[in-house]
Amino acid sequence: MQGLGRTLVTGVIGSDTHIVGNRILTMALEEAGYRVVSLGALTPAEEFIAAAVETNADAILVSSLYGQGELDCRGFRELCVEAGLQDILIYVGGNLVVGKQPWEEVERRFTAMGFDRAFPPGTRTDEVVVMLAEDFAAREKVR
Amino acid sequence: MSAHAALLIDFGSTYTKLRAVDLDNAQLIGTGQGPSTVRDDIRIGMRAALSDLEAKLGSLPRFRYRLASSSAAGGLRMVTIGLVRELTVEAARQAALGAGAKLVGTFVNKLTRGDVDAIERLAPDIILLAGGTDGGNTEVVLYNAKMLATSAIDAPIVYAGNRVAADDARELLAKHNVTVAENVMPELGTLATDSARDAIRKIFIARIVHAKGIDRAQEMFDDVLMPTPAAVMEGSRLLSDGFGSEAGLGELMVVDPGGATTDVHSIASGDSSSGAIQKGMPEPRVKRTVEGDLGMRHSAASVVEAAGAERIAQQAGIPVADVDKMLARIAENVEMIPQTRAERAFDRALLGTAIEIAVRRHAGTIETVYTTMGPATVQHGKDLSRIEIVVATGGAPVHLGEHDALLEAMRSAPSDPHSLRPAAPRLYIDRDYLLFAIGLLASVEPQAALALARHSIMPADRVEEVAQ
Repeated sequence: MQGLGRTLVTGVIGSDTHIVGNRILTMALEEAGYRVVSLGALTPAEEFIAAAVETNADAILVSSLYGQGELDCRGFRELCVEAGLQDILIYVGGNLVVGKQPWEEVERRFTAMGFDRAFPPGTRTDEVVVMLAEDFAAREKVR
Repeated sequence: MSAHAALLIDFGSTYTKLRAVDLDNAQLIGTGQGPSTVRDDIRIGMRAALSDLEAKLGSLPRFRYRLASSSAAGGLRMVTIGLVRELTVEAARQAALGAGAKLVGTFVNKLTRGDVDAIERLAPDIILLAGGTDGGNTEVVLYNAKMLATSAIDAPIVYAGNRVAADDARELLAKHNVTVAENVMPELGTLATDSARDAIRKIFIARIVHAKGIDRAQEMFDDVLMPTPAAVMEGSRLLSDGFGSEAGLGELMVVDPGGATTDVHSIASGDSSSGAIQKGMPEPRVKRTVEGDLGMRHSAASVVEAAGAERIAQQAGIPVADVDKMLARIAENVEMIPQTRAERAFDRALLGTAIEIAVRRHAGTIETVYTTMGPATVQHGKDLSRIEIVVATGGAPVHLGEHDALLEAMRSAPSDPHSLRPAAPRLYIDRDYLLFAIGLLASVEPQAALALARHSIMPADRVEEVAQ
């Protein structure tokens, strides 16, 4: 199975209580064979990083659905670097911004913040599973 | 007199205290007290306490059990090491506190040379090494094992970190006395401190009791079972849970203000009573916190510092200028017993303040966060608001306590609605300082220990208040 031996951290960042999508994602990731540390709703950025340190996680998947994601996610990569996780894979997905903004622009903003990938609303869980497989495989090659 | 009697001993830091218990009737039959003489020869204080008891009883019964706890010679001094402050570092602290230890140092992430030097200077009795969930980070806990292995530190080490790294850690620490226990945090969000706590207690019995010279008095007792704070915790647990078909009092909180520290124990799930979302580390049902800066004597100055001299003065009804004088008098003689009306009032102010701050630190908090779905409440720590029973133990509450003031200090206050302290508890008093004895007795005669607890730890309204 693709996820064998890898640990992922999931959660909904900031003052955001929308847990359903994150639960569905977590279940799909577990089904793909990953060990998932699920932090649930209302999770500060620092808690994602603390959990990743203790569990030696390979990736962090951040959900945000209430439009404040940009504020909550600012400095996330820097926090990872600070905690010694400079190489960890980080994804973000959900309703990341308010209003109608072109997705390409939003994606660019989040990748500029240091996220390896950003996913728009309506992303299917299998897409995320495929991306993870690709990204982990690419990293294996570099090693 | 009954043929079945037990002698329970507390080798304390100031006194050697004895409690003689009739096991058939589950009653206290006498108390004895001597000085704490562990630094010279522990037997001197023990003999003095036994003569005191004998004088009160006429003659000493034959004791079926003679069990002791100890907080002498600095107590069980421990250093804990973990990886992330809010996670395995906190889990390791909880394990050590639950074992009745006094934490003298807490270290986070990789140990530096300076940290190792500091641990050498602290000379702890036991080191608890944690870090990483099972299958999680191994690098840091092994790095720390190596740092300890190559140091001059010779304290026994309890390894309670990532299970995957346990064999390597044991190998690295081959020259040390190392015990491998279960991980204090096997997976994220799970606290599993029992195994580490048991390992700590075993080392305490096997080595620390000897190292501190307590076993010099071994012909006068059978066993030293645990550090005194652990005995108080076991007594509290029995009082709460009951034994067999005998019900206990249910969820409760115990406050034990001492000369140097104030201990708070809660035996309660701590789950939210209002449907708040609980965040942060899971909380142990049996939880002990120790406030090293809140005490009636050695730490009196830091109580004043925490609350402010004005508040203490106002509560004691003395001029602010007199607070320093009072503190100086206590510093001069930490064994001082208040004589004058002003001294008693000052001690009462210290007591109430120490208890209030200690309980506030022990209890959890709630805060309201505003989400797009409306406001949501988030809880950190234990919700103790539903607890119906609070117990005051130790000399200070018994000798100085005005029941209303004690209750006031322990319960929630309208001025601080975010603190989850007991909302409307009933006050019980451990008038004869028996909780430690009940905790010790619970290990051999739980039924009798519970019966003793049930009729000696009484609702305050049935205990006569001490004269003003």
